[in-house]
Amino acid sequence: MGLLSKKDTKLILDPLTDDNPITIQVLGICSALAITAQLKPSIVMAVSVIFVMGLGNVVISLLRNLIPSKIRIIVQLIVVATLVIIVDQVLKAFAYELSKELSVFIGLIITNCIIMGRFEAFALGNGVWRSFLDGIGNALGYGIILIIVGFFRELLGSGTLFGFKVLGDPITKTGLYAIGYENNGFMVLPPMALIVVGIIIWVQRSRNTDLIEEN
Amino acid sequence: MEHVELFFKSIFVDNMVFAYFLGMCSYLAVSKKVSTAVGLGAAVIFVLTVTVPLNWFLDQYILQPGALAWLDGNRATPELSAYADYDLSFLSFILFIATIATMVQLVEIIVEKFSPSLYNSLGIFLPLIAVNCAILGGSLFMQSREIETAGLALNYGFSSGIGWFLAIVAIAAIREKIRYSNVPAPLRGLGITFIITGLMAIGFMSFGGMLTGGDDATPSLDGNGENVGQTEQIIEKENETAQVLISEN
Repeated sequence: MGLLSKKDTKLILDPLTDDNPITIQVLGICSALAITAQLKPSIVMAVSVIFVMGLGNVVISLLRNLIPSKIRIIVQLIVVATLVIIVDQVLKAFAYELSKELSVFIGLIITNCIIMGRFEAFALGNGVWRSFLDGIGNALGYGIILIIVGFFRELLGSGTLFGFKVLGDPITKTGLYAIGYENNGFMVLPPMALIVVGIIIWVQRSRNTDLIEEN
Repeated sequence: MEHVELFFKSIFVDNMVFAYFLGMCSYLAVSKKVSTAVGLGAAVIFVLTVTVPLNWFLDQYILQPGALAWLDGNRATPELSAYADYDLSFLSFILFIATIATMVQLVEIIVEKFSPSLYNSLGIFLPLIAVNCAILGGSLFMQSREIETAGLALNYGFSSGIGWFLAIVAIAAIREKIRYSNVPAPLRGLGITFIITGLMAIGFMSFGGMLTGGDDATPSLDGNGENVGQTEQIIEKENETAQVLISEN
């Protein structure tokens, strides 16, 4: 760890568990739920957010002494919007089918509260390198939840991972289906995303009782 | 009829919160008390009603491929225009968000000037709204669904706002009551809110069939005629193949 001091490592690792943007800070849930019916879009979304978040934090941190505080929200929105346009155009050029599937949710990264939240809370008051790490860390924490939710919803809902039939074929009755297993079609529908996240929160807070909220 | 259908569809079937999870951040953060939830919900209705039609005009006259044709008077026949090849749709994110941020600022100033009491009750929520996904989502859905007229866009903005309002007021009411219940400790607060929202979303899914029945029951006359023609042709073909088979045998 020559490059990263102890404090820097903490910036990256904390958001993964005890300070997770989705389950603890309650930020950026909007886009997290809608696209997690399958694993592949979840990973693309996670990577896009890591890109936007890392670079956005760097830009805001560089500009932090130049931005008048009254118009900072508009400046932040313009910075994010520019980065998101880059992501959107790259996806349209190299993965057109996927970008159609994600439809408006790539655009909604702009209003993803994690991004604005970290700009306000961290990048406006810290140096470039630390802001970059903070951005990457928080985006990773966001991505991990996305991937966990996507993994379970695709596995239990369609019996596939990345489109591969890992549990056997439901039509010809091979693998698990041979002994009477059925896909839970409900997992693919939107409401189950909320319930899966609820269960993740439950598990996390049972393991770390400090996080339990007062009623 | 088109208006009525869009109105109910946006409120119940395509509900911003339950079908697309838009505006979840403020939905979870500001739903502890019914009174504040009503304030934020009203502000969202207001801003959506203003920004969706505005962005519709931006989309129609600036952003769409060939939309700039009105510049040299060829709006009706875009292919004749010198601007027919321009496609600025990649700018839509930045223009939409700029409109929204500006409108929110403007609305804040106007409300503060003319209705200080409303301003005091909405005050803290108005700036929050600029980064509410439901607002940008409304404009982006308006664009991707290719809503045809300004009137429909206005309708869409207003009714999506009402859908969001309903959702946040309902969850706030449930959360006020659930304070007296014995929820498992790790689920308290955020966890149980997620699960309740999931259950409410399942409930709202039952509205899904509400409008599709009408579409199937009244197909257009032309479509009907074609269908009849097609089935007749298919029957004829089947007869021919049957005859061929018989003769071969």
